[in-house]
Amino acid sequence: MFAKLKNTLLHYWGVLRRPAVHYSLGFLVMGGFIAGIIFWGGFNTAMEATNSEAFCTGCHEMETNVYAELKGTIHFTNRSGVRAICSDCHVPHEWTAKMARKMQASKEVWGKIFGTIDTREKFLDKRLELAQHEWARLKANDSLECRNCHNFDYMDFTRQSKRAAEQHSTSLASGEKTCIDCHKGIAHELPDMEGVEGWQ
Amino acid sequence: MNKLITAVFVSLSVLITSVVFAQNTATLRHGLSIDQDAEPDRMPVVQNDDIKRKRSYPMQPPTIPHKIDGYRVDTNSNKCLSCHSRNLSSDSQAPMVSVTHYMDRDGNFLASVSPRRYFCSQCHVVQTNAKPHVESDFVDLDDLLKAAQSKPKE
Repeated sequence: MFAKLKNTLLHYWGVLRRPAVHYSLGFLVMGGFIAGIIFWGGFNTAMEATNSEAFCTGCHEMETNVYAELKGTIHFTNRSGVRAICSDCHVPHEWTAKMARKMQASKEVWGKIFGTIDTREKFLDKRLELAQHEWARLKANDSLECRNCHNFDYMDFTRQSKRAAEQHSTSLASGEKTCIDCHKGIAHELPDMEGVEGWQ
Repeated sequence: MNKLITAVFVSLSVLITSVVFAQNTATLRHGLSIDQDAEPDRMPVVQNDDIKRKRSYPMQPPTIPHKIDGYRVDTNSNKCLSCHSRNLSSDSQAPMVSVTHYMDRDGNFLASVSPRRYFCSQCHVVQTNAKPHVESDFVDLDDLLKAAQSKPKE
């Protein structure tokens, strides 16, 4: 059994390491190039598909909990109609970090299969833990996903309210605080905030 | 027979007076009949300028001089208290909620805001640019006292 498998593998290894007899170098190079485009394009298209709102809300866990909660917030409905979808805030835009996040997401697939949060009650019980993950992630990357749209360098403090300008020009400007330190629960409901810094 | 006539007369007059009253009552329907939809008033704009208004009467809950859009107040969190609570108002420099909010109904002081005072927007509302629908002839207590004092004694 193993000897047969080994022989088969050795055969293909031989095919791979011998030069081609029937195909020209140009054909192989061009063929490899085109196949590369198709595979890379296919990979990225599939990756983008998993970033779409329809994909995220395909699970009832997302649809009935976090997505339903998002609907009333400023990031879903507002005067100008610009809105954020799940991946805008929860998936890094930069490629390497995105791949890392997508690999982490395999844990979420596991959760889906075994129904970790398949009822509202289970979700509520786990909300604090899930929220803490996101707070920690945004704290660690200096609220990168917020800053993908809200660029500090272009904030006009004179267009902000007095209190907002005061805080943004001091704590945020000095880097002492980052967006998520104050703006928690802006897109979803909050867990029990007892003991969380800055909350009662 | 007489009784029947009286009953019909009374109910008819009640009906007529109620119809007449209904036409003169200020309602959100703007006097339109029930089968027509009234054009709703435009939503008033919330003032976000941090300018506190004078209270209309001594015990009036102060109005909120800023926007409170998306501020959650529920069993898990209270956004208002994250600035206005006793512990956090020194950081935020926001006015601390009155000590009465830390008292239960028997007058005992609690460590945190009393549950009966927890839902801020039950009493406190934002300030808008809305014009009052009905003119108010309310006179402040101070003005009443002043008027009484300045009146010549009889």
